[in-house]
Amino acid sequence: MQPGDEIAPLSVTPDRYLTVRYAGASGDFNPIHIDEQFAVEVGLPGRILHGLYSMAQVARAVTEAGGGPESLRSLTVQFRGMGLPEHELTVTGTVRELRDDAIAVVETVCTQQGKAIIRNAEAEIEVG
Amino acid sequence: MEVNLDVVGKTYPPTVYAVGREKVREYARAVGETDPLYLDVEAARAAGHDDVVAPPMFAVVYAMPAVAAGMFDPEIGIDFARLVHAGQRFTWGPLVVAGDEIATTVSVKDVSERRGSGFYAFESVSTNQRDETVCTGLWSNIVRGA
Repeated sequence: MQPGDEIAPLSVTPDRYLTVRYAGASGDFNPIHIDEQFAVEVGLPGRILHGLYSMAQVARAVTEAGGGPESLRSLTVQFRGMGLPEHELTVTGTVRELRDDAIAVVETVCTQQGKAIIRNAEAEIEVG
Repeated sequence: MEVNLDVVGKTYPPTVYAVGREKVREYARAVGETDPLYLDVEAARAAGHDDVVAPPMFAVVYAMPAVAAGMFDPEIGIDFARLVHAGQRFTWGPLVVAGDEIATTVSVKDVSERRGSGFYAFESVSTNQRDETVCTGLWSNIVRGA
């Protein structure tokens, strides 16, 4: 990995019931993620994705780029906007710097319908 | 809105989470992981691990009960109807595998008020049964003003 290199992009379309499975798997049952009527009542367009699910997609992309879970040293994200089920998420990333030939710093963004739902994401990946 | 600055530095009692093989697999499938290290015991053992490996973001699962203690602390008084998860940072140490017991301690890292909104950051430190730090997390939340 060299500065300027792009990591392999990752695309996934969470299905209609993904938020229910993720709620069970993660333990986060906030109704804005699983109850359509509740979500609309509090002013959302409908049930929204868990931010940490979207962050997990960023983690998958950078972990695959690093060659496995041992390579991922850190991941920092800012959540922006809302992710929705049944629309494709795309994670892209670029190597910004290589520290001591050992740690690649990768800047990533997660977009949906042309908008960044995670931005300023920075991963540190062990290389070499 | 008023925020209680006195809670900065407050630490909550540790929680202990026993990492189960099927929970790791359930989480891995929910987020779309395909690496056999997370799903297949034999593949994980062939790679030198004692059991299936927890994906890095499984930190959410073992740390959340400890973070929840802070999020629901009446002394902080977070209004969940106005809560936005603004940012997240995780730093990882040695891998977590099924069978590990992970203790997590959470503290209030920062509280501030800007332009009518409250900003709350919690820090989590998770250690395994060998007292190795497997993950630290910084959980940043905004409670939007009325």
